[in-house]
Amino acid sequence: MLKVIYSRFKQGYRTMAFPAKEDVFSERFLGKPCFNSRSSIDDLASSQSVCPTGAISRCGNNFSLDMGKCLFCGECQKVCANKAIVFTREYRLAAQDKNDLIIRSNPKDIENRTKKGIKQIFGRSLKLRQLSAGGCNACESDINVLSTPSFDLARFGIQFVASPRHADGLVVTGPVTENMKIALEKTYRAIASPKLVIAIGACAISGGLYQIDSQCNNGVDSLIPVDLYIPGCPPHPLTILDGLLTVIGRIK
Amino acid sequence: MNDKCLIINNCQAKMSKDIPIIGFTEFRDSVITETQIGARVVSFFAKVKEEGRFILVIVLARDKEGTLAVFSTEVKESYHSLTLDVPQVHLFEREIFEQWGIRPNGHPWLRPVRFHQPYSEEISKFVENRKARSAKPFLRISGQETHQVSVGPVHAGIIEPGHFLFQCHGEKVFNLEISLGYQHRGLERSILSAPSQRLIHYMETAAGDTTIGHCLAYCQAIEALADCRVPLRAAAIRGILLELERLANHTGDLGALANDIGYLPTTAYCGRLRGDFLNMTAYICGNRFGRNIVRPGGLSFDLDFSMIKELIKRLEETFEDVKNAVSLLWDSSLVVERFDETGILTKINAIDLGIVGVAARACGIERDVRFDFPTGIFKFSQIPVSTHSSGDVFSRAFVRWLEIQRSFEFIRDQLKNLPEGNISHEIGNINKDRTVVSLIEAWRGEIAHIVFTDNAGKICDYKITDPSFHNWLGLAIAVRGEAISDFPICNKSFNLSYCGHDL
Repeated sequence: MLKVIYSRFKQGYRTMAFPAKEDVFSERFLGKPCFNSRSSIDDLASSQSVCPTGAISRCGNNFSLDMGKCLFCGECQKVCANKAIVFTREYRLAAQDKNDLIIRSNPKDIENRTKKGIKQIFGRSLKLRQLSAGGCNACESDINVLSTPSFDLARFGIQFVASPRHADGLVVTGPVTENMKIALEKTYRAIASPKLVIAIGACAISGGLYQIDSQCNNGVDSLIPVDLYIPGCPPHPLTILDGLLTVIGRIK
Repeated sequence: MNDKCLIINNCQAKMSKDIPIIGFTEFRDSVITETQIGARVVSFFAKVKEEGRFILVIVLARDKEGTLAVFSTEVKESYHSLTLDVPQVHLFEREIFEQWGIRPNGHPWLRPVRFHQPYSEEISKFVENRKARSAKPFLRISGQETHQVSVGPVHAGIIEPGHFLFQCHGEKVFNLEISLGYQHRGLERSILSAPSQRLIHYMETAAGDTTIGHCLAYCQAIEALADCRVPLRAAAIRGILLELERLANHTGDLGALANDIGYLPTTAYCGRLRGDFLNMTAYICGNRFGRNIVRPGGLSFDLDFSMIKELIKRLEETFEDVKNAVSLLWDSSLVVERFDETGILTKINAIDLGIVGVAARACGIERDVRFDFPTGIFKFSQIPVSTHSSGDVFSRAFVRWLEIQRSFEFIRDQLKNLPEGNISHEIGNINKDRTVVSLIEAWRGEIAHIVFTDNAGKICDYKITDPSFHNWLGLAIAVRGEAISDFPICNKSFNLSYCGHDL
């Protein structure tokens, strides 16, 4: 018993100060990508050609990058000596409108809005049910860590619960495999309205790496409506936490 | 028996035509004899020869000698099942039947493995398709006071989907049948048709928590096929990454085991400490799971002097805390009482089923790819095999703790003596008509990637066998006779991958 108490002192208080203070990310962390406004068409085209998931597309002389498909592998940054695309260290990536995930070489200002009703209904308490539908267990692991003392999700009134009947919303990971399609639809129907649906990771948003696969559907919103998209492969736990807090209006 | 089987080492590329194709009776006898004298089935799969004709290829590991025996036979639509004589192949035979419709006559339990459409339209008529899920019954018991408990595919926690059907008498589990396939993404088929820049990302997501393991298996195979030697520095850092992955997951598993019996101090500490190990991987490559670093030919990130110093500091601090958190487990009679003699997998069963990884070593079997079939840095710097003989939950937890200590020492030594030099070599052309078997001891156990190239040097067949594929039945056997309430800790003590099995 004394040893347990001693351990408690030794291990210390470890919950991070987020959102008051941001955690220090690794130097090599790849966050939100952005276009270099002075780069040539050739540079951009070469970046486009190496993308494994076709996240970069071209329309005339304008290019765009869909974070919903992006694996954040950094190949497009690496291939171009003039750095046509640069990954910043911005970790706040979540969006409520799928179009807001698209970054353009001729940018328009986008404001991340919290839908009014959501804050009122779920702002102080949000119970979520997670469903893995072909996820590789990376997104799942980084959702799981939110419940460890380091992140301590419960202090924001958010909790992952065991049954859809107890939940206000559904968190889905994975491209939705053929064999999980029915389970996804049933779980969605089992949650009482009003409800939120959150798609986490490139697979859940667009099919990601598995978007042309015959065994998978192209992400969650091909089957049920989605309220929040959190991109990444997998997204950093803080990206997920930021997304959850933003959607319920806890942070701006 | 050189004309009857091809003897190769781990990651040694050979001409595909060197794999002997022998008559089926001889093939069957060879597999039975080999396994009787201690060989183990690494993988067993079918390749298409021509319309309606298939080659069955088997890869056997002779652990004691450190060599692999590969041989094959030709079949049409059916053959005499091996399962009753060699139980290790039971799931492989079901897999081959589901994929190609080649029926193993006499197989005792021929249910689908993943419930997907067969690989060829032609053979659909032979095979029960996914609609037959309900048509193919589970094993049932009946009688007074018997009942069944059905769980999944959607579970209570944040984990992957799978279906578990328990046949119980009161609290006691008579049989557990595990039915998977929900995670099936068609990975092995996608590898053959997708553009080349996608390949490495398929490996990274084959089982996301084993990114380094699967990437290494793939890269080693490609390097062997292209006669590319990886610089020593890259090999050492690859070893560090592989062991960091092991540290993170083993620490997380010990915390999760403590959670399942309600011993929360260790749970809370290990949850955080697992993250600290993941953050060390992120410190090296920017991603907590080790994405974007292991590439054919070497690595894409190097370590400089100050990074090495910082890593050693973090490693030592984190390890001290892990030591403290885990020692609480062994000191608590409550924990030991729950772990001891729960979910026993006997050594004989483990050998018969071809169990790999922690689960095998926890039955006292010395089976570790890093030791038996070393590649890369493990050729020069050996890690002792950690075993414990009781085969129960305690044993599986304790082997994890032994491995944590040894991985820690290994990483620290490697960081202190990191060889100088490049971190990557240019990968040349891939040789034509070759075959290679690439094995890696990932944190769950042995990963096998078997790659065939065609006459243009393109990959024409790719077989992945994840450790979970061997081990799921081990879990089902271990819970027999246990109280159903002990299923969570038994399950956690194996901690198998769903997507690795389903691919």
